[in-house]
Formats: sequence, structure tokens, C-alpha cells
Amino acid sequence: MANPPKPVDVVLVGFGWTGSILAEQLTQTGLQVLALERGKFRDTVPDFATTQIQDELRYAVRDGLFQDTARDTLTFRNSMDQTALPMRHLGSFLPGVGVGGAGIHWNGQLWRFLPEDFVIRSHTEQRYGRSFIPADMTIQDWGISYAELEPHYDTFDYLCGISGTAGNIEGQIQPGGNPFEGPRQRGYPLPPLKRSYPTVLFDKAAKEIGFKPFPCPAANTSAAYKNPLGVQMGPCTYCGYCEWFGCGNYSKASPQTTILPVLLKRKNFSLRTHCDVTRINLDSTGKRATGVTYVDAQGRQVEQPASLVICCAWAQHNALLLLHSKIGQPYDPKTNTGVVGRNYAYQITSAVDVFFDEIMNPFMGAGALGQAIDEFNGDNFDHAPFGFIGGGYIALWTTGGRPILQHQLPADAPKWGAGWKKAMADNYLKSASIATHGSVMSYRDSYLDLDPTYRDIYGDPLLRLTFDFHPNEIKMSSFLTDKAALIAQAMKPRSFHAIPRVGHYSIVPYQTTHNTGGCAMGANPKTSVVNKYLQSWDVSNVFVMGTSVFPQNAGYNPTGTVAALAYWSADAIKNRYLKSPGPLVQA
Amino acid sequence: MNAMHPRRCTRTIARSIAWALLAGAPVAASIAAQGEGSNEVARGEYLVRIGDCEYCHTEPNGKPFAGGRAIATPFGVIYTANITPDPTTGIGQWTVQDFYTALHTGIRRGGGHLYPAFPYPWFTKVSRDDVEAIKAYLDTVAPVQQSNKPNKLPWPMSWRGSLFGWNLLFFDEGDYKDDATQSAQWNRGAYLVQGLAHCGACHTPVNWLGGTKHSNAFQGGVAGLHWAAPGLGSNIRDGVGGWSVAEIVEYLKTGANAKSASAGPMTDVVMNSTQYLSDTDLNAIALYLKNRPHGAHKTPPKTQDLGSAALARGQALFTDNCTACHNPDGRGVPKVFPPLTGSAAIQADNPGTVIHVVLAGSKMAAPASLPTGLSMPGFGWKLDDREIADVVNYARHAWGNRAPLVDADTVAAVRKDIEPSDRPSRDGTLTAHPDAPVNRGNP
Repeated sequence: MANPPKPVDVVLVGFGWTGSILAEQLTQTGLQVLALERGKFRDTVPDFATTQIQDELRYAVRDGLFQDTARDTLTFRNSMDQTALPMRHLGSFLPGVGVGGAGIHWNGQLWRFLPEDFVIRSHTEQRYGRSFIPADMTIQDWGISYAELEPHYDTFDYLCGISGTAGNIEGQIQPGGNPFEGPRQRGYPLPPLKRSYPTVLFDKAAKEIGFKPFPCPAANTSAAYKNPLGVQMGPCTYCGYCEWFGCGNYSKASPQTTILPVLLKRKNFSLRTHCDVTRINLDSTGKRATGVTYVDAQGRQVEQPASLVICCAWAQHNALLLLHSKIGQPYDPKTNTGVVGRNYAYQITSAVDVFFDEIMNPFMGAGALGQAIDEFNGDNFDHAPFGFIGGGYIALWTTGGRPILQHQLPADAPKWGAGWKKAMADNYLKSASIATHGSVMSYRDSYLDLDPTYRDIYGDPLLRLTFDFHPNEIKMSSFLTDKAALIAQAMKPRSFHAIPRVGHYSIVPYQTTHNTGGCAMGANPKTSVVNKYLQSWDVSNVFVMGTSVFPQNAGYNPTGTVAALAYWSADAIKNRYLKSPGPLVQA
Repeated sequence: MNAMHPRRCTRTIARSIAWALLAGAPVAASIAAQGEGSNEVARGEYLVRIGDCEYCHTEPNGKPFAGGRAIATPFGVIYTANITPDPTTGIGQWTVQDFYTALHTGIRRGGGHLYPAFPYPWFTKVSRDDVEAIKAYLDTVAPVQQSNKPNKLPWPMSWRGSLFGWNLLFFDEGDYKDDATQSAQWNRGAYLVQGLAHCGACHTPVNWLGGTKHSNAFQGGVAGLHWAAPGLGSNIRDGVGGWSVAEIVEYLKTGANAKSASAGPMTDVVMNSTQYLSDTDLNAIALYLKNRPHGAHKTPPKTQDLGSAALARGQALFTDNCTACHNPDGRGVPKVFPPLTGSAAIQADNPGTVIHVVLAGSKMAAPASLPTGLSMPGFGWKLDDREIADVVNYARHAWGNRAPLVDADTVAAVRKDIEPSDRPSRDGTLTAHPDAPVNRGNP
């Protein structure tokens, strides 16, 4: 082993959104904070410069900004009676790599979860009865309330310059916003993005049916904005290259555009890139972490001593690190014991494509430019007649009109040849798509563990993902799709058709990068890996961030809740843990 | 930081006033300087910031003040000297008088001439008292053993004796003299601008021998290879005539204001020097620049017809490549993406800066007060010389702008001098083509 480097107070595994938030928060206290990132350093110029970033082939088709599966992947199967095989090509989800992580290539769709989402089990039992919840559905309360998180949602809103119209300010419903959202202390820092024509049509149609549409909250700035850290963002230019691309105009919120210019100047912060963390090291009692081991760019194994270890890696990678490091009892679905790897969840989506005679200008877009209705999310409606749990928003997003991947064709269009080309030319300018974005509950047989066969470049077992859509989700998604079709019809298009989510979950087509779970948070150590402050029950100087801690997934994009939890946990570390290191919650 | 013994402090004050009275040096400057703090080393550190000494006297990634930075001049390359207190390779053996003689007369210890790449023609105005404080600070810097690199100058410039003649022609030795008709604040600004801050070293034109053309003071000059330094006079188009005092202060403090943003060498000046100046001194500088006696006006450039075909080509290129930040009306986003409309930097007679920035990109200053460091990417790999000439001509002629035309050969000459890198760089210099080998080893 190489000579061990000097100890630091805090080591962060991964340097995306949560790594940047934790680093910024904890360096405020004067602690020595070190971030270890497996990928390279990246910045707006030159990596996402407007001179070259709008290259759909390089970035969207050939995965320019994403994890390289040749270096790092997982194995996948739908159910326990199958053999998991390595995912050799990205598809369903697209983890990031490099400084900024997926915070670089997200769309910027920014939501809060509903107050009921955080108490889903107790709320559902209370409203619908215990038997409403299927026996194999392992949903659980988060151990935290929306009210506790609200100030931290607000912090992130103002860090990012979110563009939107508030729907509920301190209990007062505001016109034009989402009337179902949880109460917020104040409005958004910026007004909503300018409308695109399809969102205007959606808005009109939804209102005619009796829904209450609103502009989707966007982490694409509707105007130049300087955040509370003093970092300057530019105005969004609606270039239509948000998702899967970095922003060259400083107008999509990312660690680079909101935090790093200030953080990187702090003398007590340091960053090492091209460092793969392979272990959290424990002392002989197994109850205290001494630091981490990582493999550096030269392939050397390095031991980094640290007093506090914070897992800020991508979603399921945090669970993988805990499994490799033997922190917490691994989950065994057969005996229903253990916690690490338990309660993996995802998102279930569907679409209704709509075709017009008018020009829609699809190439004018932004990642979170959309109009939505939230009537069918969470428990915003009475589920009793329908027999499923959960829901989602229905939105018409206009994120761009990129030529290779962003186009819709009527169901009867030819699938190839001259006829296909003609259909493409006829429909490119005159189509749009309504999306449904549904929750996924946790189940006993949806989980993460270590693969018995396949190993990574260091010889460690790959992560194995076992996951499928369950009848509850299929039913719920079908319900949402029908509602979306109602709106499509009310838009009075030339034609429309639904593309429901049917059958088994396939890891091949892109859906969302909203993988959750594996390190569930909660009040009970028997069913959670971390406590309400995201502190490991087993090793009190290890904290875990990210969607890893979601006990199940709600019907919204997760980044807002990820960031709010990071600020919440940082607050607990600064104001409670550092004063008295040790368990913050007595088991 | 050395605590000053009270008696020594009093002696220093007394001595400086005595000097001032004897030598006729500006009392205003000395006493204003004293106001920065009674600790001479701290005062010297502040003065070193004003003089921007550390940047030139430190090579990239080198030890502070140990010299070795290459200064490109039209005559060749001169390497800066080690001014740490190292006794053999630095100035550790220099007395205060040696140091004063060097700054005041351009003669180094041992009698040899210094090249005016070291701006002694400007530092000559710095008061004895300030020079002593600077030396006191430099004496506390960590000594570094690093020999000075030999300069790369052709004969006769390589012969230091040649500077005797140059000095006779172009060097006015002497202290700053107060203008009694102006306020103390104006004089402070003049003292700094004409002296330690040596703004004119870039912002005043030089003749073919590198001598300052004082009759055209602050009417624009050169700040390095293909970096035009705009005028600082009252001219609206090529000066600060259209800037308020507050805007000048803001620019020096943060690197940007509503009308402009620093690029290239001026980003370095803001980062290493002017962001540290007190508001008092920045206001004095701004006041002086806005209220200088008018020198000979520069003749405006001849009106040149861009021609409708070239205009159309340039506008198309501008629309596709530039409007995302600079807007179709050229007004940019104030304090975010600098306006091109009415910009002195864009309309400078010398198109070097504009071409340089289009080729290689630019990064704004990122002081703590304006930390983002917004960057413009380089277009050198993407647009050819003719296209860059077209788009530069458009930007220099649209929206009421006026400037001499450039052609593809001009662009080619700049491109040749700015060595392209085939690695994506971190500091906004030439961006590689995206298909070039990616630098995966960048830590």
C-alpha cells in the first residue's frame, strides 16, 4: 500500500450533488473535508461549452457523460428464480461519472414530495385499512416529516434559482401553482420559464376537463440569477439540450453552476479525482470507521484516514459500498432478515403521443419546461375504488426536438424505409408527448445484493439488482395513462395514441435514472439502514446520502428530496453530531 | 508579521515627513499611505498588491516571488528576477538603498541596467517611504534558491548597456509631484496610476523601440502578445468616458461591471492586484481616470464599409455562435455575459484581444466578491480564419460599433502565435476539438 495520506476530518465518497452540498456545509465549520470522485474534473468550459455540447450522437446516443459499463456495471434479473446477467450497455438508467455526477446531465425537473409520502404506511393504513396494503409490499414511513424537511427544500430552491409558481404558501393556496403541494414558506426565487406552444394547449385542455394545471418547477433559470452563495447563473436559452447534456450557458443548476466556484476556493476543502473508493475501513470493534480505501489514477491502493465518512455515491452504489465494507446486515429476501439492499424501488412511466396540424416548434425546449397536473399523485385522490397505492404527475414536457431520439410518429406510420422518412418529415414539427411519472412501492423481492458470479475490475462482486414491476404499479400506471389520454383528447389533436407500460420491467429502454433504496432511512433499525439523520445504525461515523435512503419512491423526480435530506443531515452533523459524536438516535 | 517597536514607528513617520519636506515629495501620498496601517510590513504587503509584483515575479506553478516568468516582448523573452530574500539568487543582500535605486532609476545592485519590462519608468514615481515598506515586506517572504534564467534577447538588446541610450530617450526619472490644483484624492489616484499600479505600461501606446508615448497617455496600448489594452481616457468609444466612477471601482474590484468584463491579462490584474485595493484607493484611481487633463485626442478610425455580403456572413455566424450569451442585440446579460455593444475592448484599433478571445476563449476574474469565474469557450478549432474575421468584423460594426476591419490573414497571424493545445484545458485557452484525444489523466 502507498504511504497513507494525512488524516482528514471528513471524507466524501463521490462528488455529485450530495457530495457538493455536504462539502459546502461542512467546510463552513472549518473542518478539513476531502472529496474522492471516481471520474474526472469537469467544468462548464470546456467540458459543456456551447461550441460542442449540442451533439446528440456523442452525448445522448454514445453516452458521452455517463458511467462506462466496461469499467463499472451491475447484474440484473427480474425475479429471484432467474440468473442475473451483467448490464453491458446502459439503458433504463444513466448514472453519471465525474465531478458533478448526474447533477450535470439531469433535466432539472425539481419537485418536493408530498407530506403524506413521508408517512405512507401509517397514512394508508389509517385511510384505507391495513389489508389495503399487499402482504409483499414493504412500504414504510420515512421517520421524518415534510415539515422537518421544508426549510431544506427551500434552501435548495434558492441555491438553484428554481423557476416556478408556488401553489401553497404557508397553507394559502396560490392561483396558478400546484394546489396539492405541501405548504412552503415562500415562493420560488424566479418566475416560471416561458411557455412552449404544446404546454399552452395542455394547460387549456386540462382546465377544460376540470384539472388544475401549473408550470412545472424548473432548475433551468428563467433569468440571470445570483444565488445566496454569490454564484452567478445565466438565463436559459431554451436550446433543447438539457437531459443527458451539460449546460454551457450556466443556466441549469448543477454543483458546478451553484456551489463549486465558492467551495473550490476554500482552503479546508480538497478534491481527488480518478479515485475509486472500494472500502470503508472499520476498527477492530467494527463499530467505528477509520477512513476509506481507494484506488487512485495510477492503480495504487491508498488508505485515507478520516473521522467521518459520508457516502455520496450514486444511489445503489452506496448500498454496494456498505455491502463490500460489511457495514450493516445484508438483506436476505428469503428469510426477510437484514437491511442493506432492501427496498429497492424505481419509477414507472408511460406516454401519450399527440399529433397536430399546427407547428409545435419542438426544438425550443428546456429540461423542465412543462405543464403538469397533480390530481393523481400520492394520496391526492381517493384510492378506495381503484385498489392500488401510489400515483404520479401527468405532464407535457417540451425538452427539445433532437433529431435522433426526440420524435413521435403516429401508431400507423411505417416502421422503416421511404414511408418512415416521410412520416418523420411530416410529424417532426407537429407532435408532442404527454408523460405520466408514477411511484413505485417497495417489495420483498425488489432488492440489491452481491452477485455470486460476476466481479468488478478490483475483484469485488458486482451489485446484483432484482426488480420487476408489480401489479400495483402496472394498475396505477394504466390509470394515469387513461387520464393522460383524456387530456390528449381534449387538446383536439389530429390523432393521439397511448403507450402504456406493460409487462415486465426491461432494463433496455431508457425510462428514468430514479433508482432508489438499498439503504432505507427509518425509525426502526430492523427495517432501515440509517436513522432519520441518515446516520448508519451500525457505524455512527458513517452517513449515507442520496436516493439510497428512500424507503420507497414517490411520484416525483427525486433530486429535490435528495438535496433537502442532504441539507437536513448536514445540519444535524454540524449542530449535533460534531458537538457529541456518536449515535444521534437511540435504537 | 513583525510588531513595530513604538520608537521605530515614530522614527519612521518622522523620517518620512522629513523626506517629504526635503525632497518635495507629495505629503498627501505619504500620509495617505501611512493611513493603511502603522505596521510597515503589512503596509508593504498592501503596496505589493497594488504593484502586482507577485504575478510577474512568480512563474506559473512556481514559488512566490522567485521569478522565472517569461515576459514576451517584441524584442524577445525576458525572465523575471528572483526577489525573495535569498542571499545568493535573490535580493537578500540588497540594501533598502539598492532597492530604491532599482525602482527609481532602473539600475540594479552592482550597477547594471534593468530592462523596462520591469516597469521602472513608472515605479520611479513611487515615494521612498513606500519603497521602504515594500522592501520590508519582501524581506519577510520565504527565501527561495532559484537562479535567474538568462534572457532571450537578440543583440544589441542583450547588451544591457544599450539601455543607457534608451533611458536618455524615453525615461523620465523622478518622484511624483502633487498637482496643487487638484484634491488630495485626485493626487492619490494619480500617484497610484502613474506610479506603483503602472497602468500605463499597458494602457499607453509605445513606439517601435518600446518607449512610452507620453503625449498619448492612457490612449490604449498592448498588454502582451495579442492582448490590446483599451484606452483609459475620457473617450466614450475607446476610454472610460462612458463609465461612472462607481463602475470603474466595481470593475477593478470584481473584474466586471454592467459594461464589461476582464479578459486575459486584466483578469490576472484583478485576481492578483486590484481586488485587494481599498475602496478609498479604488475611488481615487477612478476619480483620477475620469478627471485627467485631456491629452491629444486619438484620431478616430476611418469609416470603412463592411459590405453587405460580409455583414450577412458575419451576422449569420454571430447568430449561430454568439447570441446564446451575447444576445442578438449584442447587449449580453449585464454583469454575466459582457455586452459587445459600445464596448471599448471590442472596438479597440488593435483587434488582438477580440481575435484572441474568439480563438481561445476567456475566463472572467473570480475574486471572492464575484466568485463564479464565468468562461467563454474558444472557437479556434471550430471556425476558420475567414469565419472568425467575418464574425469579428460584424461584432465591431453592428449596433453602432465602429472599428477597423480585420481579414483572414490577421486572424491567421494571431492563431499562429497562440499555440494550440490538443488537450482540453482547464483555464479557457484553446478548446480542443471534441474528437481530439481526451485527457483522461487530468487529476
